[in-house]
Amino acid sequence: MENLVNIFVKSIFIDNMVFAYFLGMCSYLAVSKTVKTSTGLGIAVVFVLGFTVPINFLLEKFILKAGALTWISPSLADVDLSFLTFIMFIAVIASMVQLVEMVIEKFAPTLYNSLGIFLPLIAVNCAILGGSLFMQEREYANIGEATVFGLGSGVGFFLAIVGIAAIREKIKYSNIPAPLRGLGITFIITGLMGIAFMSFMGINL
Amino acid sequence: MSTEKEPLFSPKNLKLLSEPLGQSNPITIQVLGICSALAVTVKLKPSIVLAISVMVVMAVSNVVISLLRKSVPPRIRIIVQLVVIASMVILVDQVLKAYAYDVSKQLSVFVGLIITNCIIMGRLEAFALGNKPWPSFLDGLGNAAGYGWILIAVAFFRELLGSGTLLDIQVIPQSFYEAGYVNNGMMILPPMALVVVGIIIWIQRARNKSLVED
Repeated sequence: MENLVNIFVKSIFIDNMVFAYFLGMCSYLAVSKTVKTSTGLGIAVVFVLGFTVPINFLLEKFILKAGALTWISPSLADVDLSFLTFIMFIAVIASMVQLVEMVIEKFAPTLYNSLGIFLPLIAVNCAILGGSLFMQEREYANIGEATVFGLGSGVGFFLAIVGIAAIREKIKYSNIPAPLRGLGITFIITGLMGIAFMSFMGINL
Repeated sequence: MSTEKEPLFSPKNLKLLSEPLGQSNPITIQVLGICSALAVTVKLKPSIVLAISVMVVMAVSNVVISLLRKSVPPRIRIIVQLVVIASMVILVDQVLKAYAYDVSKQLSVFVGLIITNCIIMGRLEAFALGNKPWPSFLDGLGNAAGYGWILIAVAFFRELLGSGTLLDIQVIPQSFYEAGYVNNGMMILPPMALVVVGIIIWIQRARNKSLVED
């Protein structure tokens, strides 16, 4: 249990998708003009990461890893399908996004309406594929850890995008040098936020 | 049919190649492909390798999608594009693992993330779906080059100021260090990549007023 809490906190603050690895930057920059839309995108990312990371974990464990096919028959012990990783993961993500979209539409229409176009766009958000690839690289031991890591990364992205949106709403009233307005200052603020987030480094529960 | 054959390097085609370098740079103007770009720019070498990989993936997948553009139904085009890109990336990844293992380890997940690099999807959607293979090829090459030079410029400053080396060769003379010069450790940290890109955008827009947002 302690281990899970540790992974959760670590993936939110220390290994933050946006500030430590620059993942999901495209949508982070494009959608962060108002707090309302960025909250919608943030929630969608938490959802999708929470689903895709554990599913890809199972795929990795039972199909892709070297010798993972032994549960079918022992003669497959030396089959290594890991070169198929990218294509499998991206297929899972694309179909999961579709599925999550349908489920949300059915059971939570209000949430669905507020997420709007962002749900389908998530399929090409690098934070999602990045989450699965980091899960593979860090070799989490069981599906619990993978799920918690996925959710934590999603929450980290949520925090980052809502934070920058709030700052951008306020900064409209500041006197910034004209060439720096818009994109330039957003980059620099993200850098400063990243430095602030680095103060969490080394936290270990 | 009276189709005049366009020369391979007509002015229009050359523009496809040169425009993304400045006027419509994918990173600083179109805001595409930042995701996988910044984290690898601590050192020059991985940045060059990533820039070349993106160039290969982008040029080839642009051509493939452009060839397929009439036979792919619009409803499933995103999946088709992802499959084309993913197979190209797998090839690049396998080649890197075979011939440049240490760089491939340094790049870690970022080779895989070329798949979701929005530049590639963006150019496929915006250009390759509606144009012939040859212009698409040039467009892919041009955009990848525009992406690559930003990557290399950022890496140049970060490696020079952060570790005093270029391509792992020391360029700041030892006597500087003896006189009390210290590497700026801040430059190696991830947030500084953002600040450096922010400054590049600043310089570019200050020189070209038409790009200024309000």
